[in-house]
Amino acid sequence: MSTDTSAGRAAASGAAGDAHPTPDRNEGLTSADLRDLSPADQDLRLYRAMAFVRAFEERVETLYKQGQVRGPAHLALGHEAVAVGVGAALGPQDRSIGTYRGHHHALVRGTPPDGMMLELLGRAGGVCGGKGGSMHVLSVEHGYLGSHAIIGAHLPVAAGLGWASQVLGDGRVTACFFGDGATNIGAFHEALNLAAVWHLPVVFVCENNGYMEYTPIETVVPVTYPAADRAAAYGLPAITVDGNDVSAVREVAVAAVATARRGEGPVLVEARTYRHSGHSVADPAAYRPVGEVEAWKERDPLAVHRDAALARGGDPAAYEAVLPQVREQVAAIARRAQEAPVPDAADAWTDVWSDGSSTWRS
Amino acid sequence: MAELTYREAVAAGLAREMDQDPTVVLIGEDLRAGGVFKTTKGLFERFGPVRVRDTPISEQAIVGAAMGAAMGGLRPVAEIMFSDFYATCWDGVVNEIAKARYMSAGRLTLPLVIRSANGGGIGFGAQHSQATENWAMCVPGLKIACPSTPGDAVGLLAAAVRSDDPVLVFEHKALYGVRGEVPDGDHVVPLGRAAVRRSGADVTLVGLASTVPMCLAAAADLAAAGVEAEVIDLRCLVPLDAATVLASVGRTGRLVVVEENPGQLGWGAAVAALVAEEAFGDLRAPVLRVSGGNVPLPVAKELEAEVSPSAAKVVAAVHRALDHRRVAPVP
Repeated sequence: MSTDTSAGRAAASGAAGDAHPTPDRNEGLTSADLRDLSPADQDLRLYRAMAFVRAFEERVETLYKQGQVRGPAHLALGHEAVAVGVGAALGPQDRSIGTYRGHHHALVRGTPPDGMMLELLGRAGGVCGGKGGSMHVLSVEHGYLGSHAIIGAHLPVAAGLGWASQVLGDGRVTACFFGDGATNIGAFHEALNLAAVWHLPVVFVCENNGYMEYTPIETVVPVTYPAADRAAAYGLPAITVDGNDVSAVREVAVAAVATARRGEGPVLVEARTYRHSGHSVADPAAYRPVGEVEAWKERDPLAVHRDAALARGGDPAAYEAVLPQVREQVAAIARRAQEAPVPDAADAWTDVWSDGSSTWRS
Repeated sequence: MAELTYREAVAAGLAREMDQDPTVVLIGEDLRAGGVFKTTKGLFERFGPVRVRDTPISEQAIVGAAMGAAMGGLRPVAEIMFSDFYATCWDGVVNEIAKARYMSAGRLTLPLVIRSANGGGIGFGAQHSQATENWAMCVPGLKIACPSTPGDAVGLLAAAVRSDDPVLVFEHKALYGVRGEVPDGDHVVPLGRAAVRRSGADVTLVGLASTVPMCLAAAADLAAAGVEAEVIDLRCLVPLDAATVLASVGRTGRLVVVEENPGQLGWGAAVAALVAEEAFGDLRAPVLRVSGGNVPLPVAKELEAEVSPSAAKVVAAVHRALDHRRVAPVP
């Protein structure tokens, strides 16, 4: 009842322990994918997931600058560790939901990258059928319930997903990603309050990249941590984490997801990170002080994790090989998308209603 | 067949759907206490705190949570206490709920209902009396049901709850005390099917919710003067039963649309336009609209009445339509 897919129908049936579909997760991951791996292999898997996001976003940036992306694109370059660290804490049955800067969250849950690229380029077969674009990618069967492009609007939706899990007893947890800028909009506060007072199984994750679009967040928030410092108002502990350290994010997220799953209510995590590029690809981000980008790139989440993994005895050659490999993989995805046909114009008239039509009158 | 008030019918309709489907849940303000309009009376006691959830005064949270719950496997029925308050959560309704299915190419389904108390006539003023059904009609992706009788309050609600599309149900607060028959058993009024409440050959009156009894009162007055009016209760704005309106106008040649929302862009304009476009040859007089005034709704009885539609205004409009024939006869 929740979705058109058989996966969704299974979800709607509710009971924990249902035979969950096991869709191909591509380069994405869940806690289940990591469970049976050695610590060293887990490290490499986390790195690979981040690298795939990196390669995907680099390619989108290039395609955008070539005028091939339809509409805006908000890249997650620099945000990879937040998505992968939290994704590593979610089970296959769990759900996540994010913002217009959401390619990384979609990919981490396993949303097909081919379908995403087709969507971004406005070609037939995109994950939203050409009706959503970069800001609205989703994959219901992978538990990514969409990127939402009105700041803050999806936080109450996350609360509702948690409410459904609570009523149905399906044992799922919902992770809700949002930016620092969202902490000043009413929906953030309404959703946190509702989730807290109803003890909903939701993990709210603020990706604090320091900028509300083009404006430094500290100029519009009177506290140091725009999300975590407000958590106390809703009876929640202030949890902050280095958002460029995937292991740190994962550790915090595992605990947060466990708390939520135990029925102890929502958890809010604020992950401090940085976007390497502008608000959208169209934004050169000239408002940033000289040296700031370079300083953050010194703490590039891929490099931070690689160095830590190597210090734990990881194989340098294995890490060396990852980025070239995923870049090649993504280049092939992009080529396939560029060669794909455009959508049938008649598709614009479908999918308004559950009968598939857009008919509003007799 | 039971005789219930419209407000009792709403509660009864909710109870019927909750009895039938354990995934139907209610969310809104003051539900436990029965609701400020007593439309959820007894439901908390009967269905318990898991299925009847009181919220803070947080309309964005209410509609967002309803959306998430619908995505997560429930059939939520949310209440926005006064339809004026849609303005505080309109983003969730129009940018999220109305568009989710389309933007996901059908991969998301939102089986949800939002109910609210709509309209004026009882002196609640400009922030608690608006007829806002026309706001929703501007947005593709929302179905809109507006019951005019206790029977339809149950039947349209049943159809709305069982629909896999988001449906906004506008209950009319001036009708809550009206009594009427509610069929026993599984009473469902399909969305998008108008009711011909009275047949007549001289003029078609199209009403919705509060303006339906107004049209019927006008028709009774007109009958005394030898004019037979056909009264159509649209019941829904989306889907709109245009076929019933067009067929009636084909018989009568005259149309008066009676809408409570402000006329400057009321739903009556859409009905008038489609009749002008598709039944021009049938018309023997210009299409006329009796609409709410283009002012914020005042409180004092005489002021509110001045800018609201009424049976007398409908009768006057019908006479204008009939006079047109005498002034400009078809050669």
